[in-house]
Amino acid sequence: MSMPANALQGDRVPEEQKGVRLIRYVDALREAFEQEMTRDPHVFLFGLDVDDHKGIQGSTLGLQEKFGKDRVFCTPLSEDAMTGVAIGAAMAGYRPIHVHIRMDFMLLCMNQLVNMGAKAHYMYNGQVKVPLVVRTMIGRSWGQGGQHSQALHALFMHIPGLKVVAPSNANDAKGCMIAAIRDNNPVIFVEHRLLYAVDGYVPYESYEVPFGKARVLQEGDDVTIVAVSHMVMEALRAQKHLESVGIQAEVIDPVSLWPLDMDTIMDSARKTGRLLVVDNAWLTCGASSEILTRALEICQDSEEPLPALARMGFAFTTCPTTKPLENVFYPNSRSIAAQAYEMVKGKGKLWEPPVDAKTEIDAFKGPF
Amino acid sequence: MLSQELVAHLYKKMLLIRRFELRLAEVYPTDAVKSPIHLSVGQESIAVGVCDPLAEDDIISNTYRCHATYIAKGGNLQEMMAELYGKQTGCAGGKAGSMHLVDMSHGILGASAVVGTTIPVATGYALAMQMAAKTTGRQRVVVSVFGDGGTEEGCFYEAINFAALRKLPIIYVCENNRLAIHTPLEKRWAKDNLCERVATYGIQTYKIDDADVFKIRETMTKAVEYLRHGGEGPIFLECATYRWLEHVGPRDDHSDNYRSLDEYLDWKEKDQIVRLAAMLDDNTVQRIQDEVTAEIQAAEAFAAQSPYPTAEELYTHVYAS
Ligand SMILES: Cc1ncc(C[n+]2csc(CCOP(=O)(O)OP(=O)(O)O)c2C)c(N)n1
Repeated sequence: MSMPANALQGDRVPEEQKGVRLIRYVDALREAFEQEMTRDPHVFLFGLDVDDHKGIQGSTLGLQEKFGKDRVFCTPLSEDAMTGVAIGAAMAGYRPIHVHIRMDFMLLCMNQLVNMGAKAHYMYNGQVKVPLVVRTMIGRSWGQGGQHSQALHALFMHIPGLKVVAPSNANDAKGCMIAAIRDNNPVIFVEHRLLYAVDGYVPYESYEVPFGKARVLQEGDDVTIVAVSHMVMEALRAQKHLESVGIQAEVIDPVSLWPLDMDTIMDSARKTGRLLVVDNAWLTCGASSEILTRALEICQDSEEPLPALARMGFAFTTCPTTKPLENVFYPNSRSIAAQAYEMVKGKGKLWEPPVDAKTEIDAFKGPF
Repeated sequence: MLSQELVAHLYKKMLLIRRFELRLAEVYPTDAVKSPIHLSVGQESIAVGVCDPLAEDDIISNTYRCHATYIAKGGNLQEMMAELYGKQTGCAGGKAGSMHLVDMSHGILGASAVVGTTIPVATGYALAMQMAAKTTGRQRVVVSVFGDGGTEEGCFYEAINFAALRKLPIIYVCENNRLAIHTPLEKRWAKDNLCERVATYGIQTYKIDDADVFKIRETMTKAVEYLRHGGEGPIFLECATYRWLEHVGPRDDHSDNYRSLDEYLDWKEKDQIVRLAAMLDDNTVQRIQDEVTAEIQAAEAFAAQSPYPTAEELYTHVYAS
C-alpha cells in the first residue's frame, strides 16, 4: 500500500482516504496495542514505567485498565533478564511487547536478543518461534547527552534473525506495530522522541504496513534522498528548501530497515542519478553503509551506471549535551538541502538555505 | 556531644546543595539549562553524611542524581553551574550536562545515566586502589552511590559478589527513596530486605532509616577508617530517604497522585536542614545562609558569563592521545 505524502504528513485528507483522522504518532501506537490486544489474548505488554501515569509518553495510557495487570505490567530494573523472560514467553506461544524508554538501555538486552532471541528459530531448526516486539525510543530532544539519545538500529540490522523497523509517521507507526505484533520473529521497533507529537492521518481500522516496502513520500526528478526515522522530517523540510531554488528532490522513507526495500530506492536513484542517504545515526558500519553498498552491488551486477552517492548522519563523536555542540552533531534540513544542492549543481557549489520555521526540536520543552 | 563547629559545617553543606538545586528549579523554566535534571532535594543528608568523612583522594561514584554528592565531595561549584548551562568552562566543557558530572581532581568519578552501570565501574576502581595501596602504603577508599532501583540490575549482584570475593576497599551506599521514577518498591521487590540479601554475600551491612546526618556520618567515618587501615571490604550501607520533587525536572509532583502526601509530610518533619538550623544560634544560621547565597550567585554569574564551546570542540576527546 502506498499513500501520498501529504496524507502521511498531515497536510490534507485526500478524497479516497475515508475513515481516517488526524492523530499523533504516539496515539497511533496506542491504538495499535489496543486493537491487537483485543484481537489476540496472547499479546501482552510490559517494561519499565508502562503502567505509570505518564505511560511512556502516553503510548500505553489506559491499557492496564482495559486489559488488566496480567497483560500490562511494569518490571524491576532488570532489562537483561526481562528480555530473556520475553523470549521465553514468546517461545511458549505468547506475543510479548517489551518496552524501553530509551534505545540506550537496549544495550543491556544484547546478549539475550542476539544470542537467544535472534537465533532460537534457526538453531533449533524451526521447532520454536520468537514472536517478540521490542519497542524502543531514540531519546533525542535536547540535552539528553551521550547515554540517552543513541540510535543503534544498525547493531540490530547486523544480526540475522532480527527485523528492524523505524516508522517516521503516525500511519506507519500503527501499521508497522500491528505487523510487528503479528510477525513470528523478533522485531526491533525503533521510535523517536521527537516524532511522538507529530500528527498524521491514521485509519480507524486495523491494518498492517508490510515490512520491506519503502515509501516514496515526495516525488522529484533531481536527487533521491533516503532518510531514516526522524531524519525523514528533516528531509521533507529540505525538499521544500530545494524546491524554492528549483530542485526537485524525491524523498524516500525505507520504513523497515531490515528487510530493506532496495527496489524502490534503486528505481528512484536510476531516475534522478543521485542518491543521498541521511541516517538518523552514525555512518560507520551503519544503515547508510548498507544502502550505499547494495546500490553499488546492484549497479555492478546489472552493469548500469552508478548514481552519484553521498551520505550524512551524526558526527562521529559521542553526543554532547550542550546545545551548540548538539546543533552541529545532527544533520538538519539545511545541511541536507545544502548537500543535495551540491550534488545537483556540482562540486563546490555552495548554498545556504533559509532558516526553518519552528520545528519539533525548537518546540521541545524539558525536562524529558 | 556534637560540636557547634561540626553542626555548622554539615548544615552549610546541606544548605548549599538544597539552595543550589532550588535555584536550578527556579531557573529551569527559562531553558538556560537545556538538559534533564534529577534533583536530590530532601535527600541531602545522605550525600553530606557519606562524603564528609572522605579524604580528597577518596572516590565517590554516582548516578545521574549526582548534584548532591558532587557538591558534598567538594566539586567546583562554578564549574558545575557552567556545566549545567552547557558552557565551555563547565566541569566537562558542556559535554556532560547534569547527568554526568565529573571532577577527578576532587575524586568525583563521572556519573552515568544508565542505571547500575557505575556500580561495577566503581568496583573496578576499588580493585585498582587495592592494588595501588600495596606500593603506596595508603589505602584510598571508593564509595559507590546508587538508588534502590540500581540494585535490581544484574550487574549489582555480580559486582558485590566480586567485591566480597576480593575484599575490596569499597562502600556501597543505596539511597533508598522507595521510588524508581514513579514505580514504588512494592511493585519491584517481593521482599523489602535488601541488607539481609546483601549480607549473604559475606558483606557487612548497615541500615539507617531516618536519614539522620550524624548517624550516616558516624557510620561512614567508621567504615572509611576500617577500610583505610587494612579492614576487609566491601561494606554496604542502606539509607532510607524521600525524594521531595519529581524524578526528573524542577516540579513538586505530589499532585500527580502516585505517592502519598502523608509520607512526604513525615519526611519533611525529619528534614535535617531544619533540624540542624535549630541546633545553631541565629547569627550562625544567618551567616551561613548569606555565604551560601553568595556562592550560588557567584557560580551563576560565572556560568552566565562563560562562553559556549566552539563547534570544533565537538571533535575533542573522541579518542585519547
Ligand atoms: C538501565 C536503565 N534502565 C532504565 C532507566 C530509566 N530510569 C532512569 S532513572 C530510573 C529509576 C531509578 O531509580 P533508582 O535507582 O531507585 O534511583 P533514583 O532515581 O530514585 O535516585 C529509571 C528506571 C535507565 N536510566 N537505565
